[in-house]
Amino acid sequence: MLLTIRDLSKSFPGTKALDSVDFDLAAGEVHALLGENGAGKSTLIKCLTGAYRRDEGDIRLDGEPISPGSTAEAQSLGIGTVYQEVNLLDNLTVAKNLTFGREPRRFGLIDGRAQRAEARRMLEGYGLDIDVGRDLGSYSVAIRQIVAIARAVELSGKILILDEPTASLDAAETRMLFDVVRGLRDRGLGIVFVSHFLDQVFELTDRVTVLRNGAKIVTEKTAELDRVALIRHMLGRELEEVEAEQGADHTRSEARRTVVDFKGYGRDGLVDPFDLTVREGEVIGLAGLLGSGRTETAELMFGIRAAQRGEAKVDGEPVSLTSPREAIAAGFGFAPEERKTDGIVADLSVRENIILALQARRGWAKPVPRAEQARLAETYIKRLDIRTSDAEKAVGELSGGNQQKVVLARWLAMNPRFLILDEPTRGVDVGAHAEILRLIGEITEGGMSVLVISSELDELVAASDRIIVVRDRAHVAELSGVEITSGAIVTAIAAPDAGKVA
Amino acid sequence: MRPNPRLYPLLATIAIFFTAYLLCWLQFPFMLSTRVVGNLLTDNAYLGIVAVGMTVVILSGGIDLSVGSVIAFSGVFIAVMLRDTGLHPIIVFALLLVVTTAFGAVMGAIIHGLAMPAFIVTLAGMFLARGAAYMLTIDSVPIDHAFFEALQDSHWRMPGGGRFTLIGALMLLAIAGGALVAHRTRFGASVFAIGGGPDTARLMGVEVGRTTIGIYAFSGLMAGLSGIVFAIYTGSGYPLATVGTELTAIAAVVIGGTLLTGGAGYVVGTLFGVLTMGLIQTYIVFDGTLSSWWTKIVIGVLLLCFILLQKSLLRIATPVRASSEG
Repeated sequence: MLLTIRDLSKSFPGTKALDSVDFDLAAGEVHALLGENGAGKSTLIKCLTGAYRRDEGDIRLDGEPISPGSTAEAQSLGIGTVYQEVNLLDNLTVAKNLTFGREPRRFGLIDGRAQRAEARRMLEGYGLDIDVGRDLGSYSVAIRQIVAIARAVELSGKILILDEPTASLDAAETRMLFDVVRGLRDRGLGIVFVSHFLDQVFELTDRVTVLRNGAKIVTEKTAELDRVALIRHMLGRELEEVEAEQGADHTRSEARRTVVDFKGYGRDGLVDPFDLTVREGEVIGLAGLLGSGRTETAELMFGIRAAQRGEAKVDGEPVSLTSPREAIAAGFGFAPEERKTDGIVADLSVRENIILALQARRGWAKPVPRAEQARLAETYIKRLDIRTSDAEKAVGELSGGNQQKVVLARWLAMNPRFLILDEPTRGVDVGAHAEILRLIGEITEGGMSVLVISSELDELVAASDRIIVVRDRAHVAELSGVEITSGAIVTAIAAPDAGKVA
Repeated sequence: MRPNPRLYPLLATIAIFFTAYLLCWLQFPFMLSTRVVGNLLTDNAYLGIVAVGMTVVILSGGIDLSVGSVIAFSGVFIAVMLRDTGLHPIIVFALLLVVTTAFGAVMGAIIHGLAMPAFIVTLAGMFLARGAAYMLTIDSVPIDHAFFEALQDSHWRMPGGGRFTLIGALMLLAIAGGALVAHRTRFGASVFAIGGGPDTARLMGVEVGRTTIGIYAFSGLMAGLSGIVFAIYTGSGYPLATVGTELTAIAAVVIGGTLLTGGAGYVVGTLFGVLTMGLIQTYIVFDGTLSSWWTKIVIGVLLLCFILLQKSLLRIATPVRASSEG
């Protein structure tokens, strides 16, 4: 084995990001590392590249224990990394990027001619015919990606970690990149391939390791793995358990009043046109793998990205949803996935965060009276059981679950008719998890409709009246009532040509 | 072969300079004499030297507002030292360069160490240096020294009667030296890397702290050298001199085709930026009827044009491919 990792553990305050993970990489193989957000992929990689120090465990390269403390050290040991966002400088020429830090010099000055020759030598075998004297930024992402790989291979030479390298490439460019990767594999490099595009995993890789919630689930030969099994590993649902799953009261949503109606709603390159009817007091689950189009669907509905086709009706009246402002005016609410960056304002107090959206709707000229603010904050702190010493504490000091509740409270204070929750339980501990699910049930009692996006199937099964399955940026299946089981969802996600389940 | 797009701003600068020169020459044929050329170099020598340091700073994405005050301080320092001590000018120059270089290095260390914007730190430096100049004297102090007069008078008489002075030559040397530092050394490569993105630069192995200190130390050195040249040029030290020169230097750098946000540009472009600004002034002197504020108006228009040019070039240079997120 080129690289062996045993019992690798890494904790952050509040979470165990990696829990005794084992991982092997042989020379001359492409090894896929899979898992949903938060599964521990990036933590594992960062432990390898020296960005994080591991808490426990053993990493051996060629049998020698290693403990990289910085990217540079990992590089000199032989471990190179290429990220989705190319980590090279667009404003320097290709040659300068390739030789950066090791420029050939003559009389103490950089020798431009030798530098370009060196760069051309490094690019040999990558099938690129480019002028190395031009700025890197003038080339496409794919070429920049390959230049980054060439640099990483030159500097390290044993292990190449590709972190979502194809995320911004089109089909032809991806093929070009794969040829390069295969070439490197044949040269004897060990390649770790992180991606959430399953097709690419099956096309390119020799073995697959799946992580979930910081633990290694399985390592198998790609050829011996089928799609359904792989997705089940990633989403964490064994079929046997599914049958025993006790879902929500899945029958209650029939024949209720329609609140919002999307017809042929879509945007090119974002989500294929879809139909969706949201009824009063209904919980709709949106299931799919990372990058399948579930967050994009929510963004489209909330007007963060404008739809190019189709129409939306609220109470039978057509509405325009081209900005979040209009969506809020139509009675929509949206709690985004990245709570820390998009959801809360960490430095503001619990009270200020709760009244934020309400105040925005009233306009700044009409401040919400202080007494009213305090009353609202008190109400929601009690109702949602937000654990905070008082309403004036900065939200950033609360735990993840309580932050999520504050975001929820903000939207509840608006009294929306249709609330979209993207991964509401991400980064939330188990206790708060159940509570948030209970809250979702509670608010729909009052007639509010909720759309929940989640990677956790049990959560969707437990909470939803209906489930929409998204794959490859299209809504591919709708499950309701007794059809809602984890097994059915996994099948719908995996089936390459599953039609609408009747 | 199509020229590299990174050269466009430089080519534009050079083209503008020669077109302007041609227009001047058509109106006043005497403009093409070696006397005019010699004076162009001599009169703008201090500006050209300080602009070299500024170019390196701006290439790194920073700014140095202290240089105008440092030049004034240098003049006063030289004048007072020569008046009150028996030190030889060469020793005074060396002392001064050590002081201004250290001053720049300290600013660089603060910018990096405290992660403060260069604007604020060098603004403080600007007040400090000006204040230090006032502390030495509040009057204009004439410099009387035989060696100094020799420096002022050293020149090479070009064919046609023009004087190629020592300080003009010093500016050209500074440009050449700055170009070597910026484009042909690893330090220069690090400067460009930081200008392109400090985080990426760090990932590529740039020692950002050391480089930042080096950048501002270099700017301090150039400001000190410019102060020496300015003292030779005016023959005195005056704490109120060169107010606003830092802004003129920034304008010269931008007109010279360097991207104000950092990461792209050429030191030799700055020479043409300085000369273009000097040419406008010369034209106004030749014309005789125009007021001097026309210089400022033309420079303002040129600056605007260059900002627009850079914006549109960035558009052209960036490959059109909407990267869809995954």
